[in-house]
Amino acid sequence: MARFIIRRLIQMVGVVFVLSLLLFFWLRSLPGGVVSAILGERATPASRAALTQAFGLDQPVYVQYLKFVQRAARGEFGASTSVLPGRDAFDIFLTRLPATIELSICAMAIAIVFAIPLGYLAAKRHGSTFDNGTIVMSLIGVAVPVFFLAFLLKYWFAIDTPLFPVSGRQDSALGCTRVTGFFVADGLLTREFDCSADALRHLVLPSIALATIPFAVIFRITRASVLDVLDEDYVRTAESKGLTVQVIRARHVMRNALLPVITTIGLQTGGLLAGAVLTETVFNFGGIGSTLQQAFSNRDYAVLQVLILAAAAIYVVVNLIVDISYAVIDPRVRTR
Amino acid sequence: MTRPPNPLNPMDRRKQRIDDLAASSAGVGPRGRGPASGNVLVDDAGTVDEAPGVSLIASAWRRLRRDPVFLVGAAITIGFVVLAVIAPWVASHDPAAGLLLDKVRPQSNPIPGSEPGFPLGADDKGRDVLSRLIVGARQTLIVGVCATLIGLIGGLVLGILAGAFGGGIDAFVMRVVDVLLSIPSLLLAVSIAALARQPSQWTVIVAIAVVQIPVFARLLRGSMLAQRSSDHVLAARALGVKRSAIIFRHMVPNSLGPVIVQATLVLATSIIDAAALSFLGLGNPDDDAPEWGQMLGRSQAYIQDNPHLAVYPALCIILVALGFTLMGESLREALDPKSRR
Repeated sequence: MARFIIRRLIQMVGVVFVLSLLLFFWLRSLPGGVVSAILGERATPASRAALTQAFGLDQPVYVQYLKFVQRAARGEFGASTSVLPGRDAFDIFLTRLPATIELSICAMAIAIVFAIPLGYLAAKRHGSTFDNGTIVMSLIGVAVPVFFLAFLLKYWFAIDTPLFPVSGRQDSALGCTRVTGFFVADGLLTREFDCSADALRHLVLPSIALATIPFAVIFRITRASVLDVLDEDYVRTAESKGLTVQVIRARHVMRNALLPVITTIGLQTGGLLAGAVLTETVFNFGGIGSTLQQAFSNRDYAVLQVLILAAAAIYVVVNLIVDISYAVIDPRVRTR
Repeated sequence: MTRPPNPLNPMDRRKQRIDDLAASSAGVGPRGRGPASGNVLVDDAGTVDEAPGVSLIASAWRRLRRDPVFLVGAAITIGFVVLAVIAPWVASHDPAAGLLLDKVRPQSNPIPGSEPGFPLGADDKGRDVLSRLIVGARQTLIVGVCATLIGLIGGLVLGILAGAFGGGIDAFVMRVVDVLLSIPSLLLAVSIAALARQPSQWTVIVAIAVVQIPVFARLLRGSMLAQRSSDHVLAARALGVKRSAIIFRHMVPNSLGPVIVQATLVLATSIIDAAALSFLGLGNPDDDAPEWGQMLGRSQAYIQDNPHLAVYPALCIILVALGFTLMGESLREALDPKSRR
């Protein structure tokens, strides 16, 4: 098991290396070059010279790259120019990360809770109206632009019928205590349960919007995977032994069918940030998704660097976790 | 750094899906040179008599003709393409002319409502929304097709490089492709769009296209690898056919099946992605030639009081994306030999 994890870690290093190269060259090719990209319009000859020195732009490319990696490893990406002018970019990332994690957890929970049972039912009733109907629904779910769906939800359930709040993460009038930055958890820790409830209410609509694409994907994988397993001999054997439906479902079908589903869940979790950019912007949620949008539209490259690197790093780490959990579930994986 | 793909590793899994698709339709070319699916019959004398083979294309087409999903998808797609072609003659007004500009009151009434001759009203610059939607079909098709084509060509070049030569080139190309696949696609598109000094229609197209290159490259490489050891390539090599001829006349045409399926699906996502880029403020700032994604992205400013401005282009996008997706999915299923039952 330890060898398996070490092997995976070494592979991750390769991925991170190529990623850092890509990000380095991306920064170099930004309009106007790195210095004016980071300093923006406030650039004075003195600050330009200082930054050129700090980045080692007067030195060979490989030295520049090494300096870039060094700064990235220390979390020194410079100060934000427009998102929160003057604040350290890495600091902004850290303070806004919990919001996105909260949102992602809720969205994935919604997607999983609905997708797996529906996928199982669709496979069980293969070819029925229910099966075809849910498939068409999942295809429509993918065809709807995420931000448009987010807006529709906001319009119907927050503006037209004010069931849920229009935007933000929490009602500031409640004056909640901040501990971890995870608002739901904070409320539970400080026993301000109304704060947790309010934060949850703010999470409902954005989570649903964010959940649609993972839902559609997980649903289809579950359905296909259950269909495969239902065809297997061991399921037929279990049926002919006279085992109850519940036992066959839990022990024979779902246990085997869920393996590819877990992979898909991992992949989708890593990719959630793309949807979060759109959803958080519509609901003004204040996580790293909407920060990314602000950074892009204002060309705040210090913040962008952190966020892009973080997005890729999150993806890589999520992959590693799924990978390891997979090896725990299925011993065959370890030997490959 | 090459290693055997592990189908259970999530990152490999995505690759595996692409590779499986590639392998499943490998040997299917536009020339219908697919594997014969005849049953082998052995008569009394013991001689083997092969039943007439049915090419994969022919059998796929037979099933597609009766597949309602495919028919609906194809009908939407054809309707969309026809509309895009005849748009300038169908639209009743010039999509760029501010005909109702005198009705626009920035404070009280920024969006003129419908009136005779303008069934869907006008936008914030007094331009007829219906005409813009109709003419927008053309621009939307152009964005979708160009983005898909560029992605396809880039993917073909990389895929052929990797699939044809193997070894070090293959390892290097695929390593970069894998990393590109590991960045969420919208994020990658946005990063590329940000490289442009001035956003324009072309930066949008290129940004969306680049995201698709790794997918196409992997797909093509997969199906070329599957063929490298196949009989027809071996036969060609034994006959002394030149390497370039083997690659371009034997391997590439036979690998295009899954690539075409993927292209259909990519057309749908590129139209949606174009809308997302517009929404994020990285779209084409020049809106004289309307495009649905751009119309949807720009309508966000007025969405609170005038949601109809967003709903119309959104419905168009959803319908067209659904059309391409339905068509692509049913094509994929029809071309998969495993589903031939």
